[in-house]
Amino acid sequence: MMDFTPDQIERYSRHILLQDVGVEGQEKIHNGKVLVIGAGGLGAPVLMYLAAAGVGSIGIIDGDVVDLSNLQRQIIHFTADVGKPKVLSAKEKIQAINPDVNVTTFHDLFTAANAFDLIRDYDFIVDGTDTFPVKFLINDACVLAGKPFSHGGILRFDGQTMTHLPGTACYRCAFHSPPPPNAVPTCSQAGVLGAIAGMLGTIQAAETLKFLTGAGEPMVNRLLSFNAKTMNFRTVKLHRDDNCPVCGKHPSVTELSESEQAACDLKKH
Amino acid sequence: MSRIKVNDELREVTLPITLTELIQQDNIVPDMVSVQINGTLLERAKYDDTAVSEGDEIDFLFFMGGGSL
Ligand SMILES: [Zn+2]
Repeated sequence: MMDFTPDQIERYSRHILLQDVGVEGQEKIHNGKVLVIGAGGLGAPVLMYLAAAGVGSIGIIDGDVVDLSNLQRQIIHFTADVGKPKVLSAKEKIQAINPDVNVTTFHDLFTAANAFDLIRDYDFIVDGTDTFPVKFLINDACVLAGKPFSHGGILRFDGQTMTHLPGTACYRCAFHSPPPPNAVPTCSQAGVLGAIAGMLGTIQAAETLKFLTGAGEPMVNRLLSFNAKTMNFRTVKLHRDDNCPVCGKHPSVTELSESEQAACDLKKH
Repeated sequence: MSRIKVNDELREVTLPITLTELIQQDNIVPDMVSVQINGTLLERAKYDDTAVSEGDEIDFLFFMGGGSL
């Protein structure tokens, strides 16, 4: 067992008090390696809670710079950060929250070319991206590499999330293939209530910490969605689909490709 | 009228009705949803040819892409 310093014992005391976490669980969090893809609306609360929780290694990949229109919901970025790479802005806040955390940044897009290299060193992956081609790419990369991940999506007043562990239903089991280009608007086209990002992102952070500590039951084979206008939460049971293009019996997706990305013009901004 | 369940809620529909028609009744564009009938995922290409039956439990799963920007 590692030795936490008295400061660390105090910092993490509310975790350590939890019967399902304790010193052992906190040690698992400390040894955890999590990759967060996208340092935007979802990535912001995910990163801040994982940093506060003391996740030992956090990777962040995002190719964007902070824009004024991000600040309504991307709470890890401040007004003075406008124009700064999001990965850098996020890293500064994480280090200010908790110097125990080792942060690795990739100021880049998550692509078929770098996907496997990026996820290889991490225990758990968090999808905080906003385009379908990348969401499907994250799913395919994680399924093919046997990595657990959390899917998250938000739009207007709605949010949706599921957790995938190897062997459980994947994102393609519920959504076989990306919707046709422009069939579904993005937040930059349709808007999103800022706090929705926090609601959904904190669920993803909780799933990550549950995975690292082994506490509770991961939200696998279930799709959770909520609407903040009614505050109704709904869980739909998912099954691993024999016809799933990536995890089914006769998969058509056996390697990663950019083809679906090129077919989609759901451009950022 | 026949009774079905859509997203856990009871609904009365007049049969015959295809899945595409059911989706359009809700002002939803069929491309925007993934559909499970009685727990089994249905391919989008089959919405037009799939007839809804009495007692079906249908789940609309919506594509939600936002998060980063
Ligand atoms: Zn699958």
